[in-house]
Amino acid sequence: MSGLNLQLNNAGRLKHFLTIEGLNRAILTEILDTAESFTSVTDRSIKKVPILRGKTVANLFFESSTRTRSTFELAAQRLSADILNLDIKTSATIKGETLLDTIHNLEAMQIDMFVIRHQDSGSAHFFAQHVHQGVSVLNAGDGQHAHPTQAMLDMFTIRRHKQEFDKLTVAIVGDIKHSRVARSQIHALNTLNTGQVRVIAPRTLMPDQAESLGVQVYDNLDEGLKDVDVVIMLRLQKERMTGALLPSEKEYYRQYGLTAERLKLAKPDAIVMHPGPANRGIEIESSVMDGHQSVILQQVTYGIAVRMAVMSMIASQPESAQ
Amino acid sequence: MKILIQQGRLINPASNTDEITDIYIDNQLVAAVGAPPESFNADLVIDAHDKVIIPGLVDTQCRVRQPGYTHKANINTETNAAAFNGITSLCIPPDSLPVTDNTAVVALIHHTNQKAGNRCHIYTIGALTKDLAGSHLSNMGTLKSAGCIALSNGLQPFANNMVQRRAMEYAAGQSIPVVIQPYDSALYANGCAHEGIIATRLGLPPIPEAAETAALAKDIELVAQTGAQTHFGQLSCARSVEMIRQAKKQGLPVSADVGIHHLLLTEHDIGYFDSNKSTIPPLRNEQDRQALIAGIRDGTIDCICTDHQPHNTDAKLQPFPSAEPGISGLDTMLPLLFKLASQGDLSLQQAIAATTINPARTFGLPAGEIAPGELADIVIVDDQCHYTCDAKNFLSAGKNTAFQGWDFTARAVSTFVAGKLIE
Repeated sequence: MSGLNLQLNNAGRLKHFLTIEGLNRAILTEILDTAESFTSVTDRSIKKVPILRGKTVANLFFESSTRTRSTFELAAQRLSADILNLDIKTSATIKGETLLDTIHNLEAMQIDMFVIRHQDSGSAHFFAQHVHQGVSVLNAGDGQHAHPTQAMLDMFTIRRHKQEFDKLTVAIVGDIKHSRVARSQIHALNTLNTGQVRVIAPRTLMPDQAESLGVQVYDNLDEGLKDVDVVIMLRLQKERMTGALLPSEKEYYRQYGLTAERLKLAKPDAIVMHPGPANRGIEIESSVMDGHQSVILQQVTYGIAVRMAVMSMIASQPESAQ
Repeated sequence: MKILIQQGRLINPASNTDEITDIYIDNQLVAAVGAPPESFNADLVIDAHDKVIIPGLVDTQCRVRQPGYTHKANINTETNAAAFNGITSLCIPPDSLPVTDNTAVVALIHHTNQKAGNRCHIYTIGALTKDLAGSHLSNMGTLKSAGCIALSNGLQPFANNMVQRRAMEYAAGQSIPVVIQPYDSALYANGCAHEGIIATRLGLPPIPEAAETAALAKDIELVAQTGAQTHFGQLSCARSVEMIRQAKKQGLPVSADVGIHHLLLTEHDIGYFDSNKSTIPPLRNEQDRQALIAGIRDGTIDCICTDHQPHNTDAKLQPFPSAEPGISGLDTMLPLLFKLASQGDLSLQQAIAATTINPARTFGLPAGEIAPGELADIVIVDDQCHYTCDAKNFLSAGKNTAFQGWDFTARAVSTFVAGKLIE
């Protein structure tokens, strides 16, 4: 199986977008540059370009989502695609249809691009392996594995504010273990040659041998935040309390919540990011979330441009090259 | 029928034999090795020049999927696959549907095997608790009388440690061995890959080492407490090997096996979510693999099994975490044993001992050696062939191999089961 290069065609161009891993810096930079060119589109009063005219994009969400799904939808619309939204959780698979049958049925409707979110790690690869030639798969989150468009919009946000990655120290704080966002961010930051990537979490939320991902591991938030340029807070899922992973929300906030006081440990011009949806008072203090260092809402806006960039790069590949 | 197998290289670990010799078969039994018995007129003479002769392999853990899961495989397909691949005795676990917790199921399995032509000896492992539910003891004495060679609860948990203790205690009194696959279901949780760098990178729910070792530590203590003869199945961790080593040093009545894939594969072989590498226990790291091999070399681990789990195609056509675990192992067992020898992990004697005389002795089976008076379960192996493993050519109904595309240099060319050539 050509696993690692499944997402590239013979010419080394993006054919699917499944994970950051295995993509080189040139491609990531191209995504960022292309997104930059689309920000002007989204700022116009008529926010449409005809790049995906005549193409059909299906949003296949096996897990619920608000912002990822709606920004993918907006991105597709602004590229003039026809868009089909499917809430699979309540339809076919519940009736016993296998995943593969679901894909093939949708393919029979001549879908050109699937945007897929599924609870199993590896599901995006699975889909990409089984769709027909010429059909593309965009991973909108697979289990705990990857969420590459989120990572790229985070990179875009960082680049907008900080320019050169090699001089930066970036800290990712929270549930690293279960986070597909963190995994994709780590790959992206390292591919873009970020000076130092830190992960900060209680041990129950840290994956085994996390340092093997190319990061510095911290148990302690105060130590980890020291002199960082970028703080990325991760969402803490409420169910982590029931699985004996954490004592309480209160304790978590005390140990790992980003307060205004703690943020002072970072560089004075540090930016604060969060992939959302954020839990105020659990992982982040309200005043930090709304404060002048927060770029959280910009992330959402940039999400549209970044997803447009990825979709247009995939769509611009001639069929013969795939 | 009288058969003479001429001038093959006999590898018979029970007698520590590795020599070119003749084997004489008279009906079901081996009549002589070396010099011919008096007035022996062979009906059939087989030239085994340049071939290796080994006892028929004895598999301590093989699922044939019948009764209950015949959409995956059945006794006919799997005994056929086993026999043609040199495996002549199969120990089958009780987790069929219905489970093997009563004599009717035992009889059904043997009857079905007979109808399929008795191409393998089948040995049933009965359920340790009723319906494998972990709360009531099965009729152990009755199951033993019906032919069960051992009792097990498979991967099903006991209601509590007291039930497990009682079950082992009762089994000890009935002089029937217990088979345990050490498994802590809470520590396994929803895991699907070894807790290590691969699971971390791929975001696969991890299975910690302690999911096996914590259970094994408790199980060994219960062996010490009850005196039950206990065989530990499908070990995967270096620490487990060390625990068995210590238990044996203390004189506890324990034995152990390992699935052959754990001797050849590690977590890295998962690659990018290859669901054919999803197994329980999971493929672990290189250190574990080395420790398992060392365990076979020094006799800590007695047996190598297929842990054969044939699946229907759909069971594996899923994203990795949703795919059903298990590998179809009958078609690859023999070439992989020779591979372990050729790559220097084990001597051929060690590899063959772990799949013949050792499992036979562990469970008291009439199998595993080629000697006068023994059942003539004999395999002629071509160890100088060359082919690529391709599941399309498997005889097993399960095509879910973890060894697709591997180069193999050995295959069974003829198999005799109780003196009968399998055709």
